[in-house]
Amino acid sequence: MNLLSKVIALIAGLLFGLGMMMSGMVDPTKVIGFLDIAGDWDPSLAFVMGGALLVFTPIYLFVIKKREKPVCSREFQISSNNTIDKRLISGAALFGLGWGIAGICPGPAVTSLSALNSSMLLFIAFMLAGMWLGIKIDEKRSALA
Amino acid sequence: MTFEIPWDALRGGMLLGLAAALLLIMNGRIAGISGIVSGLLKPVKGEVSWRFLFVLGMVMSGALAPLLGFNVPESLPVTSVFWVALAGLLVGIGTKLGNGCTSGHGICGMGRLSKRSIVATCVFMAVAFVTVFVRLHLL
Repeated sequence: MNLLSKVIALIAGLLFGLGMMMSGMVDPTKVIGFLDIAGDWDPSLAFVMGGALLVFTPIYLFVIKKREKPVCSREFQISSNNTIDKRLISGAALFGLGWGIAGICPGPAVTSLSALNSSMLLFIAFMLAGMWLGIKIDEKRSALA
Repeated sequence: MTFEIPWDALRGGMLLGLAAALLLIMNGRIAGISGIVSGLLKPVKGEVSWRFLFVLGMVMSGALAPLLGFNVPESLPVTSVFWVALAGLLVGIGTKLGNGCTSGHGICGMGRLSKRSIVATCVFMAVAFVTVFVRLHLL
């Protein structure tokens, strides 16, 4: 990775964090308000994914997809996996369950790190432990295969 | 019935899409936060520094938030140690096994019209809606 790509990574992270805050995704209370359809439903967060797709999709389809390689690295690391398997479904379901319990997903958790909120830090510590557990499950599986 | 477009949510979302497009067109990498973070737990040569810098950028934007008139929330809707820890654990293992979260599947994957990401997004959204319904209206 060259210097430019490192600068890009930092800038993309800054913009991503800013988007998380501006959109309200960073506020778990708002997220729960969005997920609570039967309550006093706040649909505004649907516009977050909508807005993101509105920008990302055309850039991907009309610019990125037509390119052989990215501007400053050797190749696109994009999954070509198209299989819908039990692992995908169960993983997504577990994630949805955790997201529904606390209203926090990984992006907002990382963006909120600097506030050093003890509940958020606890969430992040257990999220990392969960990821580590997932990595261990993978290693065990590939050792058995 | 009147409905106003939530401009902050829309603009913030567009910024997320822009950041993801920037990372992909320049560096060829997917802006999936769970994947970027979990990739730091099992480091692969040449794939560490950009992940670290991206995460640093996100943390910095959170730290700079008050200067820009934004706030990182002071309190969470759920504070019980047990539930917060369980939620974190489920989010961690779920995103690892399911290969993505709201950003990787919901934005980048759906934006690429990936079948896997569309299915994953429908599953985690549906389970999250049901979880909140059970937690707030049935329990």
